[in-house]
Amino acid sequence: MTKQVQQLDRVIIRFAGDSGDGMQLTGDRFTAETASFGNDLSTLPNFPAEIRAPAGTLPGVSSFQLHFADHDILTPGDAPNVLVAMNPAALKANLSDLPRGADIIANADEFTKRNLQKVGYETNPLEDESLAEWRLHSVPLTSLTVKALEEFDISKKDAERAKNMFALGLLSWLYGRPVEATIKFIETKFAKKPAIAKSNVAAFNAGYNYGETTEAFSVSYEIKPAPLSAGVYRNISGNQALALGLVAASVQSKLPLFLGSYPITPASDILHELSKHKRFGIRTFQAEDEIAGVGAALGAAFGGALGVTTTSGPGVALKAETVGLAVTTELPLIVVDVQRAGPSTGMPTKTEQTDLLMALFGRNGESPVPVIAPATPSDCFDSAVEAARIAIKYRTPVMLLSDGYLANGSEPWKVPSQAELPDISVPYTTEPNGDDGTTFLPFKRDAETLARPWAIPGTPGLEHRIGGIEKADGTGNISYDPNNHDLMVRLRQAKIDGIDVPDLEVDDPDGDARVLVLGWGSTYGPIAAAARRVRRGGHKVAQAHLRHLNPFPKNIGEVLKSYDKVLLPEINLGQLALLLRAKYLVDIISYNRVRGLPFKAEELAGVIQEVIDSE
Amino acid sequence: MSESLNGKGLALVPKAEGKQTLKDFKSDQEVRWCPGCGDYAILAAVQSFMPELGIKRENTVFVSGIGCSSRFPYYMNTYGFHSIHGRAPAIATGLAASRPDLSVWVITGDGDALSIGGNHLIHALRRNVNLNILLFNNRIYGLTKGQYSPTSEVGKITKSTPMGSLDKPFNPISLAVGAEAGFVARTIDSDRKHLHSVLREAAAHRGTSLVEIYQNCNIFNDNAFEDLKDPDKRDVITLRLEHGQPIANASQAVKIAPTGGLEVVARDSIAESEILVHDMHNPDPSLAFALSRLDEPAFQHVPIGIFRSVDRPSYDHLMSEQLDLAVAQRGPGDLDELLQGGDTWKIN
Repeated sequence: MTKQVQQLDRVIIRFAGDSGDGMQLTGDRFTAETASFGNDLSTLPNFPAEIRAPAGTLPGVSSFQLHFADHDILTPGDAPNVLVAMNPAALKANLSDLPRGADIIANADEFTKRNLQKVGYETNPLEDESLAEWRLHSVPLTSLTVKALEEFDISKKDAERAKNMFALGLLSWLYGRPVEATIKFIETKFAKKPAIAKSNVAAFNAGYNYGETTEAFSVSYEIKPAPLSAGVYRNISGNQALALGLVAASVQSKLPLFLGSYPITPASDILHELSKHKRFGIRTFQAEDEIAGVGAALGAAFGGALGVTTTSGPGVALKAETVGLAVTTELPLIVVDVQRAGPSTGMPTKTEQTDLLMALFGRNGESPVPVIAPATPSDCFDSAVEAARIAIKYRTPVMLLSDGYLANGSEPWKVPSQAELPDISVPYTTEPNGDDGTTFLPFKRDAETLARPWAIPGTPGLEHRIGGIEKADGTGNISYDPNNHDLMVRLRQAKIDGIDVPDLEVDDPDGDARVLVLGWGSTYGPIAAAARRVRRGGHKVAQAHLRHLNPFPKNIGEVLKSYDKVLLPEINLGQLALLLRAKYLVDIISYNRVRGLPFKAEELAGVIQEVIDSE
Repeated sequence: MSESLNGKGLALVPKAEGKQTLKDFKSDQEVRWCPGCGDYAILAAVQSFMPELGIKRENTVFVSGIGCSSRFPYYMNTYGFHSIHGRAPAIATGLAASRPDLSVWVITGDGDALSIGGNHLIHALRRNVNLNILLFNNRIYGLTKGQYSPTSEVGKITKSTPMGSLDKPFNPISLAVGAEAGFVARTIDSDRKHLHSVLREAAAHRGTSLVEIYQNCNIFNDNAFEDLKDPDKRDVITLRLEHGQPIANASQAVKIAPTGGLEVVARDSIAESEILVHDMHNPDPSLAFALSRLDEPAFQHVPIGIFRSVDRPSYDHLMSEQLDLAVAQRGPGDLDELLQGGDTWKIN
C-alpha cells in the first residue's frame, strides 16, 4: 500500500500520559530524532512535582510538547496539532488545549471503565462521539505492544511498559523521523538488561511498522529541515547549557570552579551535570542546606575559586545573608536562581519570573547585586559566561535568573568553539598596593572598575582580614565612622552601577514603529513570535529584550522614551515594570499572567495588537 | 592513598622558611574584648603556639562566625574571614575543600556553633574536612549582652529568662562524638600548657578537629568554670585524659559500670587494674561518648583532654582524589570536546 505524504511547515505534538508512562523519555527521544533530522525545534516538558502521583489520575498526568518546523521557531507552540493520550486522564487534562480538527492518538486499552471513572468520564469519549470535532485515532497501544513482544522472555508488566516505545515508533513513522539513534539509545540505556533492550527496540519497530501498514493512518507527513546557519548543532536544555556555560567560564577565567549546592527543583540538574565534569578540576559539593551551599562557594571564592551556588527561589531566600556578605567583602560569586512558582514552596515544577525584586533587593542594607537573565535555553550558556565575567572583573556576587521553562525546555544550539569564547581571566593580586610599597590595602580600588584587589591565601605579604562588619575605605579595618560608612555604601553602589553592560538592541524592521514590546528572561520566545505575527498582519511593532536587569543598559531610558507606548509582558505582577516606572518615569503598559506556564504567542500577539489599535 | 595523610594535618601546607615568633602572628589591630575576658588568654595561647607549627603564615586562615570570640581573626596576622552568624564551618569547608595547601582554623562560640550554626557544625564533623574548630564555650551570649546560650545550665537566670531557662543544654563533646567527629577535645582558657598540647594534636589530625575551650565571660557569666580553676577543687574534680593512662586523679577514678556505662568512684575504693585506661584511638565512639557524659552532675568530675582521635580519610582529600581519578581515566578536560559532545549534527 502506498501512502500519501503530505508536506507541512511545522507541527506541534504533545505526548501525555501517566507519570509512570515514560512520556518525558518519549518526548526526549522524538526531540533527538527531530534535531538530528535538522528541523528547528523547541520543547516544553510539563510534569507534576510528585514522582508518582496515583496512577490514572489527573494530578499524575505528565506531558511533553514539541514544536518543530522547516523554519526558525521561537516557542514550543501554543496549541498542539497532535495529542498522544496514553490514558483517559491524559486526554481529559489536555483536551482543552487542543484546537478543533487536531489529531488525537489515544491508547484505547487504557480507556477502561475503572480508568474512565477515576477522572469522571461517564461514557467512553473514544466511543461516544464527543470527540467528533477532532481526528481521533483510537489505537490499542498496550495490547499491540504486548502482542508484538509475545516471543520475548519478559514479564507481561515489562511488555506493557514498552508501550511508550510503540507510540514513539508510530509517531516516528508518521513524521518521517530517523530511527537509528533511538535504537542505539535504547540499546545503550538497557545495556545491562539485554532482554529489555531487545523488547523495547522491537516495540519501537512494531510501532513504526504499524503506522506503515495499518489503514488507520492513511497519510504521513514531511517537514523539511530548517535552513539554519552552518555549524555543529546539538539540542540543549537550559539547565544543561547553564552547566556547560559554567564549565566554559571556569576554563576561560582559568579559575577552578567550586559549586556549593543543595538539591532543589528545578535547579538540581545543574548540580548533576557539573558533578560529571571533575576532569575540568570542578569540585561539586552537595551541602547540608542552602546556606552551607552558598557559604562553601563563598569560602572557596575567598581561596581563589570561581564560587557558584545553584538553587531556586526558596533557596535564594535562605542564601540572602551570605550573598550580603559577598557584597560587602567584595568577592566574586555566582548565584543561579532557576525561578519557580512561589511564594514559599509554590509549584516547584512550574515556571515564573517572580524573583526579580528578591534578586535585586532581598537582602538587608544597601546591597547592590548585578542581575542577568537568559532569554532562551541555549542563551543560558552565554549568560553563565557573562555572569562569571562580571563577578570576576568587579569582585561581586552576580544573580543569574533562569526559570523552570528555560531549565527544562530545549532547542537546537549552535555549539561555539572555545576560540570564540571571551577570555574572562583576571589575575590575582600578588604585590602590595600601598604607597609605601610594603603595605597591602585590601579595599583600595581599581580606578576604572572600582573593584578591590583579590589577594588569596597563600600570597606572602598580603595577609589581611575581611568580614561582614563595615570596613574602612582602603585598609579594610573595622570602622564605625559615619562618613566612612556613607562613602562605602556609595562606592559599592557605584561599582555595580558602573559595570560595562552592552546597549539594549531594538528590533524594529522598518524603524518607525510607535509601540515597543519589551521583555526579560524566558519570555523572549513568545514575545518574538508574537511580534512576528503582528508584523505578518501588516502592523508595526518594535521589540527589545533585556538580559541585564542590574545595571540596566545605559541607553534604556532613551529607548523607552522614543516610543509612544511600551508594553511589558511578565510572568509576575509587574516587577520589571515597577523598576522602569520608578527609574525612567515611563508609563509602562504591563501584561501579567502568573499561571506557572509560559506565555502563548497568540495570546501576546493579541495583546500587542490591542496596544497598537489603541494608538 | 588517603591513609598516607593520617595524622598529618599539615602535610600539604608549605613549610615556613626561617624561625617564626609570637610577634609574627600579632596583627596591628587593637584587641577589643572586655578587660579580663578569657578570650585574651586564648588569643595569647594561639599566637604563641602558631610558630611551633612551622608553616607559612600566608597559608594560615582563621574563619569565624559572629559573637565575641569571632573577632579573633582580626587579631591574627594571617589571612582571616569574619563571616556571619553560625556559618563559619560552611565557609571554611568550601575554603579547605578547594585549598588543601591551607591550614584552616574556625573560631566559634557556644551560640554561634551550637545554636544558629548547629547544622553546619555537625555536618562539618561528619564530613571530616581538614579544619580545626575552636569552640569557645562561655555558656552565655556575650555580644548580645547576656542571654542564656545552648550550653547554659537549666534554670539559668538571664535577661531573656528572668524565671530561669527551661531547655536542657548541649554537651558539645557529646554532640561532636555523636556526629562521629574524628578528633574531639576539651581544654580550658587558663591552662596554656594544656591548651598548647591539645592544639598541637588538633593541628596534626588530618580531618575536622573540634576543641572545646572553657572560656570565662567575666561580664555576663563570671566564674562559670571556677571550680576547675580553684586550687582547692581543681585537682579533685579534673580528670585528665591521657592516651594509654588510667583515667583517674588522686581522689577519683573511672571504671566501667555493671550497667555498661561509666561511673566515677573513689580512687581508693578500686584496684588499679579496674580503672579504665584511656584509648583515644578507639574507633568505636561509645566510650568517648560515655566519658563526655561524666560532666554530670556539674563539676563533680570533669574530663579534660582528648576524648577521641581517630583517623579516617578527610573529605577534601577524597574530593581531590576523585578529580585526579577522573583525569587519570579520561584525561584532562577539553572544552571543545565537551561542548561538541552528545548527539550533534552538522549543517554545511
